[in-house]
Amino acid sequence: MKGRHETVIDKRPVNLDLASFRWPITAMASMPHRISGFVLFLAIPVVLWVLQESLASQQSYDALQILLSGTFAKLILWVIMAGLIYHFVAGIKHLIIDVGIGESLEGARRLAFLTLGISAVLILAAGVWIW
Amino acid sequence: MVTVTNLSRSGMSDWIIQRFTAVLLAVYVVVIASYFFCASEASYETWKEFMSCLPLKIFTLLAVISIAAHAWIGLWTIATDYIKPLLIRAIYLIACGVATFVYVIWAFQILWSV
Repeated sequence: MKGRHETVIDKRPVNLDLASFRWPITAMASMPHRISGFVLFLAIPVVLWVLQESLASQQSYDALQILLSGTFAKLILWVIMAGLIYHFVAGIKHLIIDVGIGESLEGARRLAFLTLGISAVLILAAGVWIW
Repeated sequence: MVTVTNLSRSGMSDWIIQRFTAVLLAVYVVVIASYFFCASEASYETWKEFMSCLPLKIFTLLAVISIAAHAWIGLWTIATDYIKPLLIRAIYLIACGVATFVYVIWAFQILWSV
């Protein structure tokens, strides 16, 4: 595998220094899409547990309501909601590109900028709603 | 090169499954969110009634299956991009697969008892 590519790659400049990487805005929109997807997968047991307690009985519903009024619980809830909002907005950006809108470099940049902006506003709104 | 196989052994159908489940889940999220915005008096009674009506129950089960497929494709993609040693990749994917399976059963069990 390595030997096959060596002749091609050898003379290219290689920069693996993360501090000097220039992150284009499209990458800055794409990376959190992956990260939020992974975070949401990790959050599944939390969400399922909350769903279970919310539906089990009036008692467990009330207990959950008290638990979710704590600061730490609200923070976790906000992180999960932020992940969901970002993944949702970035996913819609993907679908928009899939139907052929914003395929140019400039269009892709604009969509990435919109994704970051819209999700930032929605995540802040979710924070206000929780608190 | 030998890789751990993806969901359907075809990039094209993975691509379609990812989009199809994405749209379904996006609609589902909007429906669930609308409960919290529309229900002026969120209570145990209204929440349980909302979640136990048959159309939504079916939609929730569809969403659970969609999450499983959608997450698997995403987790598999991450694995092929970042985890190069095959043994570690296999262990990671098995862990993801088992977790996904457990979550699906758990979600079905929650919905069954509603």
